[in-house]
Amino acid sequence: MTKYIVRRLLSTIPVLFGLSVVLFVFVHLLPGDPATALLGQHATPELTARIRAQLGLDKPLYEQYLTYLSNMAHGNFGVSILDNRPILEEFGTRFPGTIELTIGALAFAFGLGIPLGRFAARHVQGLGDGLVTVISLVGISIPIFVLGYTLQFLLAVDLKILPASSSLDARLVVPPVTHFILVDALLAGQPDAFVDALRHLVLPSIALGTIPLAIVTRITRASVLDVANEDYVRTARAKGLREGRVDSRHIMRNAWLPVVTVIGLQVGGLLAGAVITETVFTWDGVGRWVFLAIQGHDYIVVQSVITIFAFIFLMVNLIVDVAYAFLNPRIRYA
Amino acid sequence: MASIASTGPVLATERASRGIWRDALRRLLRNGPALVGLFFIALFLFLALLAPLLTPYDPVVGTLADRLQPPGSPGHLLGTDLQGRDELARIVYGARLSLVVCVGSVLMGLAMGGTIGAIAGAAGGRTDAVLMRTVDVLLAIPGILLAIGVVTWLGRGLPQIMLAVAATNAPIFARILRGSLLANREQDYVIAARSIGAPRLRVLFRHLLPNSLTSVMVAGTLALATAIIDVAGLGFLGLGPSDPRTAEWGTMLTDSTQYLRQGPFLIFFPGVAIVISAIGFNLLGDGLRESLDPRLKR
Repeated sequence: MTKYIVRRLLSTIPVLFGLSVVLFVFVHLLPGDPATALLGQHATPELTARIRAQLGLDKPLYEQYLTYLSNMAHGNFGVSILDNRPILEEFGTRFPGTIELTIGALAFAFGLGIPLGRFAARHVQGLGDGLVTVISLVGISIPIFVLGYTLQFLLAVDLKILPASSSLDARLVVPPVTHFILVDALLAGQPDAFVDALRHLVLPSIALGTIPLAIVTRITRASVLDVANEDYVRTARAKGLREGRVDSRHIMRNAWLPVVTVIGLQVGGLLAGAVITETVFTWDGVGRWVFLAIQGHDYIVVQSVITIFAFIFLMVNLIVDVAYAFLNPRIRYA
Repeated sequence: MASIASTGPVLATERASRGIWRDALRRLLRNGPALVGLFFIALFLFLALLAPLLTPYDPVVGTLADRLQPPGSPGHLLGTDLQGRDELARIVYGARLSLVVCVGSVLMGLAMGGTIGAIAGAAGGRTDAVLMRTVDVLLAIPGILLAIGVVTWLGRGLPQIMLAVAATNAPIFARILRGSLLANREQDYVIAARSIGAPRLRVLFRHLLPNSLTSVMVAGTLALATAIIDVAGLGFLGLGPSDPRTAEWGTMLTDSTQYLRQGPFLIFFPGVAIVISAIGFNLLGDGLRESLDPRLKR
């Protein structure tokens, strides 16, 4: 087991190294000059030269790469052009919001996707199965912003069941401690703020969680159908076990393994989708920050977030792989 | 001698590969959901190709006096937007742009990813390792973020958008093609071709590639659906075509969010257009997969 974890850890290193090269090449070699991008229409030759010197763009390429690598290793991503705050600090205060949204989306996707997939598998080729297939088809075909605005318009503006945007009612104030608004509300002893924050979380979570919902549903269905044909399931039925017990002890225990792997892969899509979801719902997380940075031509923020998200994505997949090896001995010894 | 050695198996595969496609087409035409998909795609193509014949209006310049007409008003079947532009004209010309950008980006991605995957799968060894690690690196940048990076860096514009979406697809195509090349490499017919002395490149182009392309074609069809969504997503984030007046579905959606109350239909129509064309390509992709590999019957 330790051997597997070490091997898996080591295999991440070349990818990280490659990632640094790709992002570096991306920023420094492709046509388009960061100095002109920064200055926009105000670019004069003198200003451009000054900015280039400031960014170290006049140094030899290998030196630039080493500086870049050492900065990354120290978590030094520079400062945002728009408000001059250190990027890592701003990321730290905004990321908890994105984590809350991502967890909400995962909870929605798995909480609804697994029962839907089981339901479809139980009624395979029937009306229920067809209905679930249509739901998951629409789920992967609908862009987050289309679904987001539709939900917002129907449930928030029209029916006024749920709040339309932001992560907390403007009249409520929760002192930021952890920047996780739900945790902060509890820490401050404000149950009403907790409930309000939870209500704000519902619509964005559904908008962000619908693509993973469709995927989880499909995989659960396929996996349950796969396992249900195994000999040991027939044996379990033959020895007279109740259907509920066959389902919970023999089918689901084995069927949910492939579903676990999906979590790791979905995190990437969720982080990317957060950019759009947070923009629709004016949710104060990293995603909306990226959107604002795009609008303000703050390319350093965009690049930094891409780097950090790619790193997080690799780490989550590492953790999921290791967890999977714990659950499935066949992987460990392969 | 060489000619005898190589013509034999080639003829056989040509006959066999024609069989695969004809069989697949027959199965596809009997696949209900795939036909629905084809219908949606036909509708999309119809709008895109015949755009100027379907509407007399200019999609870019409107008449301010006619602004925000509701759907069904005389002369404007789907109403007009804030600048008095005919919504139907914008949807129809938007289909044209989507078609060009999505097909262009998927073809570009297929060319890039296909080349990388073919070289990696055919060469093996160190070349394979280096290329596949590069692909791993690109896959580590989640989905649309890579596209956002490319467009923020290269600037707004249609070629940039195509390249951006292609860059997100290429590593996926590369991995799929390499995988099926490796799986086919040890098949009997390939070993047979090699054993009678067919040159490496001939084995690759006449035997391996034609038999490995099916999975890439399925992935390519499904990628058209994600391309439509990603292109609209870029438009939504303000990274659409360089002229902000261009009729692009994602940009239209963003523009209309500012007057949601006066014209909710302006968000509804481009939304429906995106969803229907994405559903079309998803259905066709799934149908293709099932008809190319009948063992996959659900």
